[in-house]
Amino acid sequence: MSASPPLSSPCPESLASDTRPGPRGSFLAGARSIMPMIPAIIPFALVSAYAAREAGLSMAEALGLSTIVFAGAAQMAFVSLIASGAVAPVILATVLVINLRMVMYSASLAPHFRAEPVWRRLLMGYVLTDQAFAISITRFNESGNGVHKGWFYLGTALPLWAVWQIFTLVGLLLGARLPADWGLEFTVPLVFLVLLVPAIRDRPSAEAALVGGGVAVMLAGLPYNLGLMVGAVSGIVWGVLAEQRRDRRGGAPAETVS
Amino acid sequence: MSDLLEQPFSSPVLWGLIIACGLGTWMLRLSFIQLAGVWSLPRWFSRGLRYVPPAVLAALVVPAVLQADALFTPEWDWTRPAAGLVAAAVALTRRVVLTLVVGMVALWIFMGLG
Repeated sequence: MSASPPLSSPCPESLASDTRPGPRGSFLAGARSIMPMIPAIIPFALVSAYAAREAGLSMAEALGLSTIVFAGAAQMAFVSLIASGAVAPVILATVLVINLRMVMYSASLAPHFRAEPVWRRLLMGYVLTDQAFAISITRFNESGNGVHKGWFYLGTALPLWAVWQIFTLVGLLLGARLPADWGLEFTVPLVFLVLLVPAIRDRPSAEAALVGGGVAVMLAGLPYNLGLMVGAVSGIVWGVLAEQRRDRRGGAPAETVS
Repeated sequence: MSDLLEQPFSSPVLWGLIIACGLGTWMLRLSFIQLAGVWSLPRWFSRGLRYVPPAVLAALVVPAVLQADALFTPEWDWTRPAAGLVAAAVALTRRVVLTLVVGMVALWIFMGLG
């Protein structure tokens, strides 16, 4: 770990550290910016822990899933597919498709992390989430901020990781005592529903959702949960085609990739 | 091979699957951070990625809420689709807890009625 200058040093230059914080100051700035996101992930962690136990995973397997994969939507898809009896290749493919968006985040963040040592980049990859990406890239794109980008990013990502693991454990301990006939497994599609709403930003993404959902319903009878995969891929292809159609018609430049 | 295709999975198969999902996810996350801007993302690929969330999430949500696997069978019941509709209206606020609470209360009320 690089030596961080003591922030509490009483020297007069400490005024300058307000504009250009060192590693520790940057980490804390990141942690402060991620705080508003924390309440939203707590119920998500509790539900995914509950769903993992319902699907028949042992405590160790459920904790393994949350620490090794560490991706909420993918973890919930994993356990729903276990619960519905899907085969291993379909489960793996679904998890990877859900997490494909991380490639986009990785590409946007990469230029800011060029100076980071390899080991720290390995850690940065492991803790990458929607939230850490959104907060960090917004901060990095603001001009004139002097934070240490790598530590700022870790300041957003690591607290989120810790909260996720703690509330997964809480959910596993609580969930074991909840009666089965309350229909609590229904909370899983409800969480996906809340994630779906901001994903529908415009006409092509609404069409992608309609096609994805519609095809998955029509093919729900297919073995191995293939309906989900075919539905998702159809929705993605439809969305791209719908965007091209819109751009050709309107002649307007494509909306910037966020 | 057949133990990858038949559930319930044995413990080693399940652990193998968790590790494979974790490694694959890590590779996706690391991809460009580790390559550090050696490549840039091809345009068709970044276009496609923008439609992954709506398509995949809808493919997960809609069949689960409509109980698509029981559609047109006697086991199908209306309570989950109805509660899902109520929750969808609340989900427009993007508030996770509120949506969970309203959706579950709606489900319990409908289960009580039905």
